[in-house]
Amino acid sequence: MNPILATSGRLRPYLLAWVPLTAITGTLLVLAARLTPLEAVLVTLPLTAVYAFLCLSSWYLCKAVPVGAATLARMTGTLLAAAALASTLWAAWGATIVWILATFPGFSALPDSLPALTPVVVILGFLLYLLAAAVHYVLLAVDRARAEEARGAELSRLAREAELRALKEQLNPHFLFNSLNSISALTTSSPERAREMCVLLAGFLRSTLGLSGKATIPLGEELSLVRSYLEIERVRFGDRLRVEERVEADAARCGVPPLLLQPLVENAVKHGVAPRLEGGAVTLSARQADGMVRIELVNPYDPDAEAAPGAGVGLANVRRRLAARWGDRAALETMRTDGLFRIELTIPADAAA
Amino acid sequence: MASGASLLSAVVVDDEPLARELLRELLGRLPDVTVVAECANGFEAVKAIAERAPDVVFLDVQMPKLDGFEVLSLLPKREDGRPAVVFVTAYDQYAVKAFEANAVDYLLKPFDKARLAAAVERVRSRLAAGQAAPPPGLATEARGPARPVSRVVVRDGADITVLPVATIEWVKAEDDYVLLRAGGRDHLKAETLGSLEAQLPKDRFVRIHRSYLLNLDRLVRLEAGATGTPTAVLRDGTELPVSRAGARRLRERIGA
Repeated sequence: MNPILATSGRLRPYLLAWVPLTAITGTLLVLAARLTPLEAVLVTLPLTAVYAFLCLSSWYLCKAVPVGAATLARMTGTLLAAAALASTLWAAWGATIVWILATFPGFSALPDSLPALTPVVVILGFLLYLLAAAVHYVLLAVDRARAEEARGAELSRLAREAELRALKEQLNPHFLFNSLNSISALTTSSPERAREMCVLLAGFLRSTLGLSGKATIPLGEELSLVRSYLEIERVRFGDRLRVEERVEADAARCGVPPLLLQPLVENAVKHGVAPRLEGGAVTLSARQADGMVRIELVNPYDPDAEAAPGAGVGLANVRRRLAARWGDRAALETMRTDGLFRIELTIPADAAA
Repeated sequence: MASGASLLSAVVVDDEPLARELLRELLGRLPDVTVVAECANGFEAVKAIAERAPDVVFLDVQMPKLDGFEVLSLLPKREDGRPAVVFVTAYDQYAVKAFEANAVDYLLKPFDKARLAAAVERVRSRLAAGQAAPPPGLATEARGPARPVSRVVVRDGADITVLPVATIEWVKAEDDYVLLRAGGRDHLKAETLGSLEAQLPKDRFVRIHRSYLLNLDRLVRLEAGATGTPTAVLRDGTELPVSRAGARRLRERIGA
C-alpha cells in the first residue's frame, strides 16, 4: 500500500502541497507560454489535479528499486525513464485540455500556445515526478524505521519476560531444600563434603543471580553453571546420576542468553533420570559448524512414568527465548527414541561480545 | 507416655542415599527407635513393609516408579493402625493430601532432631490410642479430584503391577476390594469402587451398575435383556449387568 494512502493524515498534506505547485505551474504558463491568467487557471487546475495522483505511482518505483538493494545506476536509470514517461503523459493530457478548451468560444486561439506550453509542462512534470519519488523514498524509510523500532521493542519485551520467567523457575525451592537436607546429612558423616556442598551451592546461587542481568554470556560460562548444578545433584542422587560432557572449545566461546540450558538440564534430571530406578546419564555436547552452534542434550526416561505437570514448561520457555533472540534462525527439536529423550538446539554462532 | 519403653520399629523410604542416612542417624539418636529397613524406591518399600511389618514408615513422596501415595495405597490395612506413616519431603503442597490419607505427620526437609522427635512422639501416641487403620481407599481418595490418575498400581503378593488406565477394561466391587480387569487378567486391590471411580478419568469410565465401572472404549453394544434390565456387551464378548441409572448414564455418554 502506498505510504501516503496507507497512513491516515498523509493524503491531505500531500494534496495541500500541490496548491503552491499548481500556482507555480500556472505562473510558469503565463510567463513562458504567454497564456492569459484565466487561460492559465483553466488549463492548470485539471492538469495538476491529475498529476497529483499520477505521481503517487512513483511508489511502485520505490518498491522496484529500493535504496540500498538496487545499484545507483539502475536506480537513476529507472527513475529518469519513469519521470520522462510520466511527464510525456502529462504533456499529452495538457494538450488534450487545451484542445477541449479550444472548442469553447473565446479559447479557439489557445492551441497556438501549445509549442511554447508543451516543453514547460514536460520539464516541470519531469522535476515534479522526481520530487514525488523522493518524498516516497523518505516516507518508506520513515515507515520502515518505525516498524523496526516496534519490532525491537517487542523483541526486548519478550526477552525480558523470558529472562524473568527463567529466573523464577531457577530459584526452584525444592532443589534448595533437598540440597540443604543433603548438607544436613553430611555434617555428621562427612563434614568435609558438607563444606564442599555448601561452596557448590553458594557458587551456583551466586552465578545464577549474577547472570540473570546479562543479555549474553559465553556458552562456556553457561556450561560451568550447568556443571555446578549437576555436581550438586550428584551429591544428592549418588551413583544414579552420571554426567557426560563433550563440548568443543570454539563452541564454548559462542554467546547464548544466560540460563538457557540450565532449565533443560534440570528437566533432564528431574523428569528423566530421577524417576528411573537405575538412574542414568545426562549427556551434553556442543560443536560449531557452518556458522551455527549445535547443542545436544540426551537423557534416558521411563516410558511408564506419569508425565509430570509442568514438564513441558521449560521447553516452551526456551523456545520463546530463542525466538525472541534469533527469530527463525534458531531451532529447537526434541526426539524420543529407544528410551532416550534428545533435545537439539541450533543457534547462530555469534561471538559472546 | 504410659508405655514409653516400647521399641518402635521403623522403615525409611527415600530415593536419595543422604536423605536415608540423615533419617537413620537422627532416628538412631532417639531412644527406643530402631530402623529395620531402608528402601530406595516404592517397590522396595512395599516389599519391606510387608515383610517387616514396622510400627512406622518414613516415606518420601517423589520417588521412581511408585510415589509415596501409591506406596501407601498398597499397604496392608491392619486393625491396630500399623504402620503409622510419616511423610518426609521437600514439597509442602502434598501436606493436605497426606493428612487426608491419615498420615501421622508431615516432615519438611530439611528438619532437625527436635522436629523428628516430635513426629516420633506423635506416632507413639497414635499407636497407643490404637486408632484403626484408615478405611481402604482413603489413601488414594485423598489424591483428590483435581487430576485424574493415569495409572493404577496393584499388588499381588510380592508383585506390583502398574496398570495404565487405558488398559483397564472394567472394575467390579467385591466387598472391601475391587477387581480390576486389565489386559486379560484380573487384579485385586483394597479399595472401594466409589473411591476408584473418583480417581479415574470421567470421560473414559462410566458407573454402569452399583458394582461395575466400565471403560467406554470396551463397549460394543447395549442389549435389552429379557427381564427388562439391559446388558453391556464388550469387545471380547463379556456381558456386564447394567442398572437403570447406569443405562441412563451410558446413553448420555454415548449420545444414544
